[in-house]
Amino acid sequence: MTSALGSAPTGHDDRRARPTPARAHRFRWARAAGTGWLYVLPALVMYAVFVLRPLVLTLQYSLYDWNGIGVARWVGLDNYLTVFTDSDLLKIIGNAIVLIVFFSFIPVALGLLVASMVRRITTGAFGTVVRTILFLPQVIPLVAAGIAWSWLLSSNGLVNQALRAVGLGGVARAWLGDFDTALPAVGVIGAWVLLGLCTILLVTGMSKIDPALYEAARLDGAGPFREFLAVTLPSLRQEIGVCLTVTIIAALASFDIVYISTSGGPGLQTTVPGLEIYRLAFSQRQVGLASALAVVLMLLVLACVLPIQRLSRGEKQ
Amino acid sequence: MAELLTKFPRRRAVLLASLLAVGMTATACSAPGEDRSSTQKSDAAVKTELGADPITLEMYAETGFPLAKALADEFSKQHSNVKFNVREDQFTVIVENAPRVMASDNSPDIIRLPTMVDLVKDDLLKNLDPYFTAYGWDKFPASQLMQLRVGENTRGTGSLYGMGLGYSVTGVFYNKKLATQIGMTQPPATVAEFEELLAKAKTGGVQPIMQFNKNTAGINFPHQALQNQFGDPTLVADWIFQKPGATFDTPAALKATQTIQKWAQAGYFTKDANALDYAGMVGEFQKGNGLFMFNGDWESANLDKSMPGNVGFFLFPTESAGGKHVAMSAPNTFGVSAKAKNPDAAAYFLNWVHTNAKAREISVTVGGSSPGGPSDLPVPSAAPNTVLAETLKASQQLGAENGAVDFTANATGGIFAAAITPEMQKLIAGQQTPEGYVKAVQAEYQKELSR
Repeated sequence: MTSALGSAPTGHDDRRARPTPARAHRFRWARAAGTGWLYVLPALVMYAVFVLRPLVLTLQYSLYDWNGIGVARWVGLDNYLTVFTDSDLLKIIGNAIVLIVFFSFIPVALGLLVASMVRRITTGAFGTVVRTILFLPQVIPLVAAGIAWSWLLSSNGLVNQALRAVGLGGVARAWLGDFDTALPAVGVIGAWVLLGLCTILLVTGMSKIDPALYEAARLDGAGPFREFLAVTLPSLRQEIGVCLTVTIIAALASFDIVYISTSGGPGLQTTVPGLEIYRLAFSQRQVGLASALAVVLMLLVLACVLPIQRLSRGEKQ
Repeated sequence: MAELLTKFPRRRAVLLASLLAVGMTATACSAPGEDRSSTQKSDAAVKTELGADPITLEMYAETGFPLAKALADEFSKQHSNVKFNVREDQFTVIVENAPRVMASDNSPDIIRLPTMVDLVKDDLLKNLDPYFTAYGWDKFPASQLMQLRVGENTRGTGSLYGMGLGYSVTGVFYNKKLATQIGMTQPPATVAEFEELLAKAKTGGVQPIMQFNKNTAGINFPHQALQNQFGDPTLVADWIFQKPGATFDTPAALKATQTIQKWAQAGYFTKDANALDYAGMVGEFQKGNGLFMFNGDWESANLDKSMPGNVGFFLFPTESAGGKHVAMSAPNTFGVSAKAKNPDAAAYFLNWVHTNAKAREISVTVGGSSPGGPSDLPVPSAAPNTVLAETLKASQQLGAENGAVDFTANATGGIFAAAITPEMQKLIAGQQTPEGYVKAVQAEYQKELSR
């Protein structure tokens, strides 16, 4: 067994020997590392206090029945059992999974399409304008986007006015208050917000692709579609990975848009885990169950995101 | 090189694990929360003098409810040594924050309260019984303070834990111009007459009821208005006060739910009710887009301003003519925190609100509701021909008929958000049956009480 660092313990001889180059090296390394730790310390303290401690506390709370104030009662894994057996909570988790289609797949697919179209016009003033417009939804606070969209989608909003103008008044409805359309309507808002981010990431990725590859493909007689499949898509593997990761997290952990546009209604049609965790903890004062749902949500995010990370990196190594 | 790549993540994992372990041991030794078993004595000596020392009262009040601030300003004017530090939040935010704010070291002296049972259980609220005796609040009509009493896990009896900054009454506001248009000459005397008016409005192309049902179930207003008439209202009150054995699964509640379903199917509510919030409802009603709106007297002053002379109010009619009116009516509850720094001054303020002539006038003109207090004090009058005058009169009538009940939404901390709102949204969209609705609300109630 050898080590790239040259500091592997190799048995008792080592201990008796005078400082060897390897040892001196290790000493220097340790000192350097010590200084390094010192530099990292402030950030580490913040990380420990504001990320690790809440994480550990959430795990701990999830094992108790606690109203946030009084004495907690140890219930073991009961809260987790509730999360996995309560039909309402399962429906709520299901809603988040449906939202992945709208928050992730649609923005990435549309983003690829838009990016391929605007790829050639990314330079110059026009390119800047296009990029700015595309990125705008990402800059607008989600709460503002939620309010604007709930006006657009209200029964007398712009969407219904447009439908009535073209003679489709029969389709018009309060999109966010209708049992059939509320969840897709929330999904559309999410897709609108995230499309810009995906497009910009993908356009940037495309600009890094060696033009010679396209030239070669064209010489081989590839059309635009074939070119897209053989050159663009494989080269964007990592960017697509990043897009999917960010948007899937946005879908599973969504809160702002839903809270503003529907508050989870009608019924439980648009209630998502983020909203339910908040309600359970602060309005129903079931801190334990809320924490258990939060832990399950975290595991769900990891289960979705880790394979994507692996897939998008896989080939490079 | 491969070693390096695999080694670093392992190091990181070890590091993370050890950090987690440190965190665990630092925090996970004991169960969260603290035992705050009751230390309050209800016969403790209290002061009813304000004194001359400078005092700053911390007040946590509700945004969009200017009465609290107006009363605080007037109090400071009359007592120059008392200053108020008023913090405001939306009511739902107060509901969520109250327990933690009151458990903190910066607990407010006077706080707008949501449901009280949990707060009393956690010993966060000051028992006001000593002040009740000291100030002679027994001269108030007993029914006025009933909702503010908490006993052994029930409400309605037991010790006093809050006072009202105004006592609100609910009923039906109507647009006078639209009422004339459909031939309504006087408020309906029975539920059947009310339903006739709804039908007339519908056929006349007038939106019968403008009611919100997004975020929180505004249609619970008409629902409970019906439920109050269809059975013994004390059963409703028992359920709200968590009396043992009380149930929501009653013929009255079922009939009310069936009626709401019928109204929804007939199009008496707007099609977008599930997407309409409170502000949207009031806005649409003010624009003349609805004949009736179920709401409370806290909107009276506002409606007098936005549609002067064009708005009326009546208590929801009884099932048969000449019956006793029953309506949701509740104090705008304020309590004193158990950790308050100036509890005596806070109680002095609450007593002043009920008894000082100027304060009572402010309760009516700014708050739009009855000031409560001893029955021998005159109720300040509102300007004639205003809806404020009508709601004030209704409030006195309800008091005389002893017909006030609390809101079903206040039965438990989570019942409104967890059951009534989503189930009511389902009901009016045809996704829930009346039987299913009544059972679902009762199931959530039992779930919460069993915790």
